[in-house]
Amino acid sequence: FSQIQHNNFISCCRICVITLAEAHPLLQNGKTITSVNYQISANCSRLQNKVSGKSKRGAQFLTELAPLCRISSSDGEEYTIYSCIRGRLIEVNENILSNPALLQEKPSTEGYIAVVLPKFEESKSVTQGLLTQKEYEEVLLKRLNSSS
Amino acid sequence: MSSLTEKDRPVVQLLMNTSTCPRCILRFCGVGSQELYRRPYKDLMKDLKEFLKNNEEKEDTVCFDVVDPPCKRIRLEHTEEGPDDLNHNGTLQQIPLADDENTATENSAVKICNVCLGILQEFCEADFVKKVCRKVNSADYQFTSFVFSVSLPPQLSVRERAAWLLVKQETGKLGLSLSKDDIVQLKEAYKWIIHPQLSEELGVPADGKGLFEVSVVFAHPETEDECRFLATACPDCFKPAKNKQSVFTRMAVIKALEKIKEEDFLKHFPCPPSSPKNLCVALEIQCNNGAIFVAGRYNKYSRNLPQTPWIIDGERKLESSVEELISEHLMAEFKADSFNFSSSGREDVDVRTLGNGRPFAIELVNPRRIRFTAEEMKGLQQTINNSSDKIQVRDLQLVTRSAIGRMKEGEEEKTKTYSALIWTDKAIQKEDIAFLDDIKELKLDQKTPLRVLHRRPLAVRYRIIHTMKSEYIDEHHFRLHLKTQAGTYIKEFVHGDFGRTKPNIGSLLNRTTDILELDVE
Repeated sequence: FSQIQHNNFISCCRICVITLAEAHPLLQNGKTITSVNYQISANCSRLQNKVSGKSKRGAQFLTELAPLCRISSSDGEEYTIYSCIRGRLIEVNENILSNPALLQEKPSTEGYIAVVLPKFEESKSVTQGLLTQKEYEEVLLKRLNSSS
Repeated sequence: MSSLTEKDRPVVQLLMNTSTCPRCILRFCGVGSQELYRRPYKDLMKDLKEFLKNNEEKEDTVCFDVVDPPCKRIRLEHTEEGPDDLNHNGTLQQIPLADDENTATENSAVKICNVCLGILQEFCEADFVKKVCRKVNSADYQFTSFVFSVSLPPQLSVRERAAWLLVKQETGKLGLSLSKDDIVQLKEAYKWIIHPQLSEELGVPADGKGLFEVSVVFAHPETEDECRFLATACPDCFKPAKNKQSVFTRMAVIKALEKIKEEDFLKHFPCPPSSPKNLCVALEIQCNNGAIFVAGRYNKYSRNLPQTPWIIDGERKLESSVEELISEHLMAEFKADSFNFSSSGREDVDVRTLGNGRPFAIELVNPRRIRFTAEEMKGLQQTINNSSDKIQVRDLQLVTRSAIGRMKEGEEEKTKTYSALIWTDKAIQKEDIAFLDDIKELKLDQKTPLRVLHRRPLAVRYRIIHTMKSEYIDEHHFRLHLKTQAGTYIKEFVHGDFGRTKPNIGSLLNRTTDILELDVE
């Protein structure tokens, strides 16, 4: 079941922080993360993202299906984390490179994956496209029920 | 040279013939005596004509203002013999002399000067002075002196140039040289004449350094297009017009006049300049007072008050603001058009400002009232403080503009004192937080907080927490007093901002922490 599972927080004023959602396989028991890789293609590493100025010039632009990173677990699986929202990539979390366990210990705070700033005109539609906690849980319930 | 001499005669005659007014004639002869210009128009006209008729007299300094009235009458009777002597060769146009007719002519409409377009004629008269003063008085300003600034239509510079070329040619023929620098500037002469009159009516002196400004804009629609030829002759002097303003600004016209060659000028512009049918008009008479600065310190006791109005998409998100609560009363008392609020640093909406308060300064733009005693300032302070319990001000005083610079200066160097109410997820005991008191000069790396990242560049700030003092409350709460370097993000130091401020209270205590309340002193 290959659904993309994330959740995003709107910190306020349009900034979005991408983190792993509760139901993500990596956050289930028994998984150990071995590495996080921001090199998503031969030409593109999210680590090379450099922004300058208030308008964050030079940022890599992300579409919904743009990969942010690939995470490997000890059981040989590799998971690609996608942006899910359109916007400029402001920063990726380098702390999880050196300390992958952070992703599992504090997925919603210190284990965040990336910070994205949608375009001013699109920020409202981005917010509306997200699920609230409650809606998210309902979706999960539906999936559970449908697959059983 | 303070008055006319024999060698001025050709110039005076020439300009008289071309309908240039007496005062402009004096200007082109380099007459520097202010008193002469102030004499009534009619007298100046009479005296100039008299001067021209006295060409048989001695060659030396003829003070042309001491001609005896009886002699003038005798002269007028002999005008039949006069005219031919006075006709000079070399006037570019044959203009019949108007001065040999009877007094009836003198009483008829004054010909509008072809150089100043009436500025040194009509607009030096008492009627105009009264008009200006009526405007000033009705505007109800407080002032101790005045600056009178005048904006002249650009074509005056063009006509001045034409007149100068005319005079230069004439004096050249006679072997005399005339320097442009000898000519008295129109604006200068105008101010010589009008300042004393304005001063008399308003009861205060003219002072170039003063704060109260009366400005008049003159225009002459009839000759508006006279500058156009300059655009074809010197196109690079004229930048494309912003909004609806004319390209032919005074500065641009003057620049073009400096560049254009004499021959080209004479090709395109009549020399002497033509006589206009109408006077200039005074488009607007405006008054303006220089800005006044009020400074003080404010305390903020509300956790729901922004420093400046919080408006998004035209909608006000929170009622009122620090700056509005303070300036509302100042605006009313000083009767200003607008204000500019500035302060030494600022605090968030939900942060209280305690202690001595934060220094602020308000610039009041174009105030009608400028004089306030210390008592009145105290009263004003009381009024502000009585009007709201959300803020209080102290040390309210009038200051100079330089005070604002000084206020801003210390912003970066100051040490700030804070008090934070902190929550922890896991339980704490007194011993768990005691160690915070011993930490000195703690170095922080603070990435731009997420809450401001949409409007600030991404960067890392290094800041120092000088000292801390903890106050245990219960298993999940304690108060922390901190002394920090200016510019430290306290909230982020407490909750860690997704680990983007390191170290932080959460990491130091090995717990998840958040800040519930913050006060600054």
